[in-house]
Amino acid sequence: MNAKDDIAQALDRRRVPLIDGIDKVTGRARYTADLDHADALIGRIYRSPVSHGEILKVDVSKARAVEGVVAVLTGDDCPHTYGVLPVAMNEYPMARERVRYRGEPVAAVAAIDAATAQRALELIDFEVRELPAYYTSAEARALDATLLHDNKPSNIEREVHHTFGDLTKGFSEADLIREEVITCAEVNHAQIEPHAALAEFDPVSGRLTMQSVSQVGYYLHLMLARCLAMDEARIRVIKPFVGGGFGARVEVLNFEIITALLARAVGGKVFMELTREENFLTHRARPQTDIRLKLGMKRDGRITACECEVIQRGGAYAGYGIVTILYAGALLQGIYQIPAIKYDGYRVYANLPPCGAMRGHGSVDTRHAFECVLNRMARDLKLDPFAVRRANLLRAPTRTMNDLMVNSYALAECLNKVERASKWKERHGKLPSGKGLGMACSHYVSGAAKPIHWTGEPHAVVHLKLDFDGSITALTGAADIGQGSSTMVAISVAETLGVSLDRIRVVAGDSALTPKDNGAYSSRITFMVGNAAIDAGRKLKSMLIAAAARKLDARPEDIECNGETFRVGSNAQSSLSFTEVVAAALVDVGAHTVKGTFTCPPEAQGGKHKGGAVGSTMGFSYAAQVVEVSVDEDTGLIKVDKVWAALDCGHAINALAVEGQIEGSVWMGMGQAMSEETNYINGLPAHASLLEYRIPTISESPPIEVHIVESHDPLGPFGAKEASEGALAGFPPALVNAVANAIGIDFNALPMKPDRVMAALVERRRAQRRGSLKKAVS
Amino acid sequence: MTTDRPRLKKQILRVKVNGRWREDAVAENQLLVEYLRDVARLTGTKTGCDGGECGACTILLDGEPVPSCITLAARCEGRSVETIEGLAEQGRLHRLQNAFHEKLGTQCGFCTPGMIMSAEALLRRNPDPSDDEIRDALSGNLCRCTGYVKIIESVHAAAETRT
Repeated sequence: MNAKDDIAQALDRRRVPLIDGIDKVTGRARYTADLDHADALIGRIYRSPVSHGEILKVDVSKARAVEGVVAVLTGDDCPHTYGVLPVAMNEYPMARERVRYRGEPVAAVAAIDAATAQRALELIDFEVRELPAYYTSAEARALDATLLHDNKPSNIEREVHHTFGDLTKGFSEADLIREEVITCAEVNHAQIEPHAALAEFDPVSGRLTMQSVSQVGYYLHLMLARCLAMDEARIRVIKPFVGGGFGARVEVLNFEIITALLARAVGGKVFMELTREENFLTHRARPQTDIRLKLGMKRDGRITACECEVIQRGGAYAGYGIVTILYAGALLQGIYQIPAIKYDGYRVYANLPPCGAMRGHGSVDTRHAFECVLNRMARDLKLDPFAVRRANLLRAPTRTMNDLMVNSYALAECLNKVERASKWKERHGKLPSGKGLGMACSHYVSGAAKPIHWTGEPHAVVHLKLDFDGSITALTGAADIGQGSSTMVAISVAETLGVSLDRIRVVAGDSALTPKDNGAYSSRITFMVGNAAIDAGRKLKSMLIAAAARKLDARPEDIECNGETFRVGSNAQSSLSFTEVVAAALVDVGAHTVKGTFTCPPEAQGGKHKGGAVGSTMGFSYAAQVVEVSVDEDTGLIKVDKVWAALDCGHAINALAVEGQIEGSVWMGMGQAMSEETNYINGLPAHASLLEYRIPTISESPPIEVHIVESHDPLGPFGAKEASEGALAGFPPALVNAVANAIGIDFNALPMKPDRVMAALVERRRAQRRGSLKKAVS
Repeated sequence: MTTDRPRLKKQILRVKVNGRWREDAVAENQLLVEYLRDVARLTGTKTGCDGGECGACTILLDGEPVPSCITLAARCEGRSVETIEGLAEQGRLHRLQNAFHEKLGTQCGFCTPGMIMSAEALLRRNPDPSDDEIRDALSGNLCRCTGYVKIIESVHAAAETRT
């Protein structure tokens, strides 16, 4: 291969289709529900019909007597709590003593088929003494409210109070202070694959094999051991193809533990697939959030101070709540230079399905409020919103006041890209009535630098196996959930070794084969697993060079590699092919396994203040976007005509996948901004289908023009950072900004459904008619 | 307590699946998606919702795209059903499969079979569709990963690959 081919190949490698893409387009990919379960019993869950109550009786004797029913379990069968945070495990797989939300699992059946299981559920006799139930943060926090959890006064799971810098000084120096109350509806991941699990328990060996939709097989492994009181060594967790996650499957979910409990009870195989309605009940997504945000600003656009209160309605159990409320405050920082910040966060229990992590975990709603206020202050001061961002840029490397490490930062370039591409300067403020342009920025972590389970292990481990056939198998626990992480691992190994991508196979997510990984959350895989893959690749490469040196009777430092050819200096006579080098490397020792690791250095792991680890990361992605809209003033319908999005991902290991992630995250932000909203009626989800819960269809989805910006992070793998979450949070405020630009109305509540837009338009018309309109935009 | 299991009324269904005739006993209330997945073992066709909401189960019935989760198997008597597994011929990818792979029209892949079947129906009747015609034809297929941008690109790329 000559140098030209090499470069062509390297460039080509930057746009690599997914290594498991063929399986997906042919229908060969096996998702959990596709696994052969013809011989499995079918599991079903009995769920609480009330929102809050003391359990008086769960009589399953009639259900148990149904022919074809093999096991019926209740909360009595599992006295162990579970949860994602070791400090806040307050949930049982099936309720004990109390139910706290409508739809909470109470009992479960394993039967020969679904119809039999369903009939058994109908025969369960459940008696409950109802307690007052709360569906809003305000109701739950009332002084006389019944407590959902006895040790949490006012139903507040966690309060956070952080102050950095001199707030009084900051606001006193401001030329303009603006305060807004902004609310964001609860939204759901709505990944298209419904939850499913296949568990097999072998009573002879006492081993459990669990195949499930998890994003973090390791957490599932830990919680199965805990809830089934089993030795971890007897559990195997396998991740089949997973049809999206977006955070829904980071936490272990009740149905997974229930399926395993049923499998053990029947001494065999149990399959469970949740309906779409049950998927919504299993929720774990972005909470309904109220934000009160106050900013101080100098006349030139510099921010002088920020005061922010966030109230999240977290649902009935802890889940990820503490982390979410900490993220909401921590990520006020790390994007702009702000001299003083006060944050007060309240995570509140309510009688609704528990919330959890969703793409942009914790940061999205606060970022939305912040960018909205920033845009309005720019307008107040007659400054361009781009200029306001430019007045507050960070200078990398730096550390924020809350001790977050920022080593690379190309937000300025992101701003330039979308400003130019959208022709902002030429068009902003000059579009016809009903049309508008808006913009906003956002950022997100490339992995949490401090893992939840602090074990002292590296943050990521990758094994590479090299065998006689010259193939290299990369073994990783990293969960590919469609984001392309296995492809990223393959590229990182191939790139490091300088070998053809075809030589690399990736085996991912099987606890019996692959090293433990902390999984697919907080956009950690590219940074951490990518670095571990490079480390493993380097070790394998030096081993191959040593083997070539032995074979060629040269010193290792004299060996030159050109793709898959090894030679001494430029001496073409003494060159070895990859196959020959592999053969030499295996002499005396046989097949090789090398291990690569990555550990986040202590300085990346956040401040010493309480909660200081949350938000800490190796590097932030940065994004800017411009949204163009048309608003129909007769119907209140907003149409997004086009989006321009630029994201600093450090380095695009695979530009094709990076584009896909940016498009997907911008679009998911659009769903939250325009149409997505859960809606409970006395705790009953009225949104629990994909017709009621409106994710955008292809008809409503705009062209998204993506610009990749590369700041080359000094610690990132090949300089890379995350690309999957950072752009999401910019969409909603850019939309609000664009709509204000189009029709002169500021919206403080998401989503901006047509009825909400219409109500504001009608209100304005009435005011105009009354002649009392001063100014629609204050 | 022992209750008699209600006996489901069954009929012999004769249906052409991906070009081959099959005969199977199916209950009169059996859905086509269950028949395809559980009886014919063609698991490429997915279920993503509780009925007719997401389009992941889209197959072609006599060439028309229909959601197999709200179609009774018995309604397919004597008719032709095509699924994602029937598109590749002798291991060669169909042009839509190739395009969705190369252009990243698929991420998690769960909506992909239904998406490709809807796109196939479109390309058969309209070999050179516009963006809006693609949006119209795929508006019943939800995708949560891609934002649809690369799906539209994929369908265009496939259309440009003449067969």
